[in-house]
Amino acid sequence: MNITTIITAIFLTIGCFFSVVAAIGVVRFPDFYSRMHPAGKNDTLGQTLILIGLIIYEGFSFVSIKLLLIIIFIFIANPTATHAIAKAAYLAGLKPWEKEEKK
Amino acid sequence: MNFIITFIILFFFWILLSGYFDFMHLFLGVISSLFVAFISHDLIMGDVNIGRASKNVLRFLRYLPWLLYQIVLANLDIVYRTLHPDMPIAPRIIKFKTDLKTDMGIVVLANSITLTPGTVTIDVKDGEFIVHAIAERPADDLLGGEMQARVKKVEGGEG
Repeated sequence: MNITTIITAIFLTIGCFFSVVAAIGVVRFPDFYSRMHPAGKNDTLGQTLILIGLIIYEGFSFVSIKLLLIIIFIFIANPTATHAIAKAAYLAGLKPWEKEEKK
Repeated sequence: MNFIITFIILFFFWILLSGYFDFMHLFLGVISSLFVAFISHDLIMGDVNIGRASKNVLRFLRYLPWLLYQIVLANLDIVYRTLHPDMPIAPRIIKFKTDLKTDMGIVVLANSITLTPGTVTIDVKDGEFIVHAIAERPADDLLGGEMQARVKKVEGGEG
């Protein structure tokens, strides 16, 4: 157990935590649009943290540069995909869920 | 000029992704980079002005730390809302006009809205943003316009 392994483990744990919360959020939230929030945001950070952990584990090499490229692509692709799905639902006429007034 | 820059970028990526430095791999890389640069240098670089493009990149780099900070806030916000037993959400759709002019500014703003706390961009049409906000506070924050001012700085004065 050296220090690199420990830091990697911390990053992987936090990344997995965010990904799990994203999954829970997708199940718990009431409608399509609010489900986009955990799917679009927590996945981005969760995956990024996991990849950063792998970069630290790998050190500076060709593999870590490729991982860095993957992070950049995730950062561009994830919000764009979220936006595209949400736009499709909006154009199809799906109405967002709204909180009921207190009885 | 565009041709040479495209070739250099492509060849750099080739070396990066292959990781081999022997003659055969480099030679194949030169051939394929030349070929791709030949057919697509108009597409990739277009009529990019190098000086202005690098200034844009610099301005974007100055915007990046704030964006990363907002992303972390956004995630903690979602974690809180997901794990809270009462699920404190009150989703709504908000619309607002933007006066950003360049396509790049609008793209940066749209993606930033999606990545920052409690808001997801649904559609942009003729400078009007349609945004889904998960509760009242993020909606108010967005309409406050701090992010738009920051993106405008990225966009720069010349538009």
